[in-house]
Amino acid sequence: METVKAKQKKTSTKKSVKITGAEAIIHCLLEEGVDLIYGYPGGAIMPVYDELYKFQDKLTHILTRHEQGATHAAQGYARVSGRVGVAMATSGPGATNLVTGLADAQIDSTPIVCITGQVPRHLLGSDAFQETDIVGISTPVTKWNHQITKASEIPEVMAKAFYIAKSGRPGPVLIDITKNAQFDELDFSYEKCTGVRSYKPVPQPNLDSIAEAAEVINNAKKPYIVWGQGIILGKAEEELKALVEKAGIPAAWTIMGESAIPTDHPLNVGMVGMHGNYGPNVLTNECDVLLAIGMRFDDRVTGKLDTYAKQAKVIHFEIDPAEVGKNVKPDIAILGNCKETLALLLPMIKENEHQEWKAEFDKKYEEEFETVIKNDIHPTKPGLTMGEVIEEINLASEHKAVMVTDVGQHQMIACRYAKFKQTKSNITSGGLGTMGFALPAAIGAKQGAPERQVVTIIGDGGYQMTIQELGVIFQHNLGIKIVVLNNDHLGMVRQWQELFFERRYASTIMTNPDFVKIAEGYHIKSSRVSERENLKATIQEMMAFEGPYFLEVVVEKEDNVFPMIPSGASVSDIRLK
Amino acid sequence: MGIGLMEKQWFTISVYSENSVGLLNRISGIFLKRHINIESLNVSKSEIEHVSKFTIVVNTTEDWTRKIVQQIEKQVEVIKAFYHTDEETIYQESALFKIKSALLFDEPQIQNAIKESNSKIVTVHREFFVLAKTGRRHEIDEMHDRLEPFGIMQFVRSGRIAVSKAKMPITEILEEFHLNN
Ligand SMILES: Cc1ncc(C[n+]2csc(CCOP(=O)(O)OP(=O)(O)O)c2C)c(N)n1
Ligand SMILES: [Mg+2]
Repeated sequence: METVKAKQKKTSTKKSVKITGAEAIIHCLLEEGVDLIYGYPGGAIMPVYDELYKFQDKLTHILTRHEQGATHAAQGYARVSGRVGVAMATSGPGATNLVTGLADAQIDSTPIVCITGQVPRHLLGSDAFQETDIVGISTPVTKWNHQITKASEIPEVMAKAFYIAKSGRPGPVLIDITKNAQFDELDFSYEKCTGVRSYKPVPQPNLDSIAEAAEVINNAKKPYIVWGQGIILGKAEEELKALVEKAGIPAAWTIMGESAIPTDHPLNVGMVGMHGNYGPNVLTNECDVLLAIGMRFDDRVTGKLDTYAKQAKVIHFEIDPAEVGKNVKPDIAILGNCKETLALLLPMIKENEHQEWKAEFDKKYEEEFETVIKNDIHPTKPGLTMGEVIEEINLASEHKAVMVTDVGQHQMIACRYAKFKQTKSNITSGGLGTMGFALPAAIGAKQGAPERQVVTIIGDGGYQMTIQELGVIFQHNLGIKIVVLNNDHLGMVRQWQELFFERRYASTIMTNPDFVKIAEGYHIKSSRVSERENLKATIQEMMAFEGPYFLEVVVEKEDNVFPMIPSGASVSDIRLK
Repeated sequence: MGIGLMEKQWFTISVYSENSVGLLNRISGIFLKRHINIESLNVSKSEIEHVSKFTIVVNTTEDWTRKIVQQIEKQVEVIKAFYHTDEETIYQESALFKIKSALLFDEPQIQNAIKESNSKIVTVHREFFVLAKTGRRHEIDEMHDRLEPFGIMQFVRSGRIAVSKAKMPITEILEEFHLNN
């Protein structure tokens, strides 16, 4: 152990030492500041696990109960901390189990590095035991991937992997390492990667288009901001808030951007998209200038493109040139990291207020409150709603918790009603809509921000996709608050069946197990609430509890999430009921 | 150019990249994902040492072509990608025809075809001879149609290779990188 430490010191002085590939992988991780990884061992990655054993005082490995869980945990970790998440798996089935997490990280721009073992070089292509072409399989769902077949390649490729994962528009990287490269020795020295000549992570901002945008914004009568995760990834929260306040522009968010500005900020007008707020959707088609900042015009946000913000001058702030004009053609494109471009824009912006225009958002909110929100969060009918659960969590958490949501009705309700004071607080699978995301992502979130309260909201369907990760929560006593909103249905699909398939509930009704007993089987403190009178006290108890806590809330079976933009409809045609 | 963004036409996409395993898969995946057929594909070295060049031909709208080029360029190992219309490029394809040797002597029309088409006899064996023809797609098609009635034993045509009339400033991009790093 002592000699190993000595070696590592030398590596930072760039002197090389002879070590095995497997040990080199550990040193690369340490050099990148990694102290926690998620994974699952197996034959082709065993040399690395053997080194992990030796380095356990410096590098913690969390054994998730499925490799998919490792990727989502790495994502949750990355999303709350802004650091790179790391997942590791063996070849073959271990590697293919990573694919969903890679795809999720790719579409939601999450920086993770996945390391897979591979059969030895001389067996490649021979259909050896647990050989699978993971580089081929993962190509469309990674920002970059690479197979290492020689130990000597390890330091440079690993450095490149971390650099690519976190720079520019972040994304997942997969490195596949043949077993011989893990066993063989190399002269190890490590240098961080600072550039790749074929890769330009951040485009140069164009001052002329920024000046042009400033003029358009200064002359706008009804300017409107829709921001996305780019604000969080670019650490541009302060710049965004400054712009919003200086120019007096109402601002709405995509679910990926939620929490970048506190929910209670007077100019934060809410959520856009299919189940977003009424005003932010309808008024998209009434603004005269639309500032789209760090968002990519996903179809769940825009509804029918032909009728999306056609009246408006669109200014798109974007780090990825391939996003410009992909879905919505902007009048002005401002390429670059929005932290930098917003900072350049700010001094050119005149102080302004748009009270009448803002009042239109307030008016629409009143309408939505009367028809939807009131009944969601302060219901008078018997039967618990998902909304009131979220509202109670808001009260108990004082808007300070990280909320990790799965996919479905509960996700939309949680995103709609959760309140946040702090950025990086809403962790959800936005682009891919991956059921099963939340429980493992909550593990990563808790470990990425141990000082924060982490509450995960999961449906009874999605919960059962990665329920085995309770094992991790129990084993490591992670103080996560797990809330399953049980409607005994695949609720979101059932809602579509009700609205668009004449209530033919094909395979969306579930007979569920006793979730409390399952959690108890993992020795996790558990409760079930099915009556309103018990809700508040139980949630308070849960939030005050030191360790992990499982809460099942039995909610109305056939509630629907509104407002809703039916798929293919215009944002103007959002339905309140 | 008179052709709208939304009408299908031929585009030549030129991609300058690092020479790395797997990049072809990554690039072809971009077409696959959008259900767009690659009409021809050629990979070779370029004018710059250690830099590869993909020449990809598609028949689609300019709007799609632009989006595809943006996606290609986004790939880490791609230095730069361009697209051009036929008018903006000098382009050619090559074809080989394997034909029975007897025909060379028995059919004067074949000799005429060879002369008139500017094609070259690459080799003559006792059994067959091989004819190479370089030119535009339609020229090769014409040659093919002329020879077909006599019997073609084997035929193959290469992907398009093209150079653009306008500059593709790769050296500048690479130099800029080296200056900044
Ligand atoms: C892995 C995966 N499979 C299928 C779907 C399609 N889908 C979207 S929401 C949903 C229902 C989710 O049910 P549940 O987890 O109970 O949440 P609820 O909508 O009831 O709140 C389904 C099946 C998906 N998003 N992800
Ligand atoms: Mg459900």
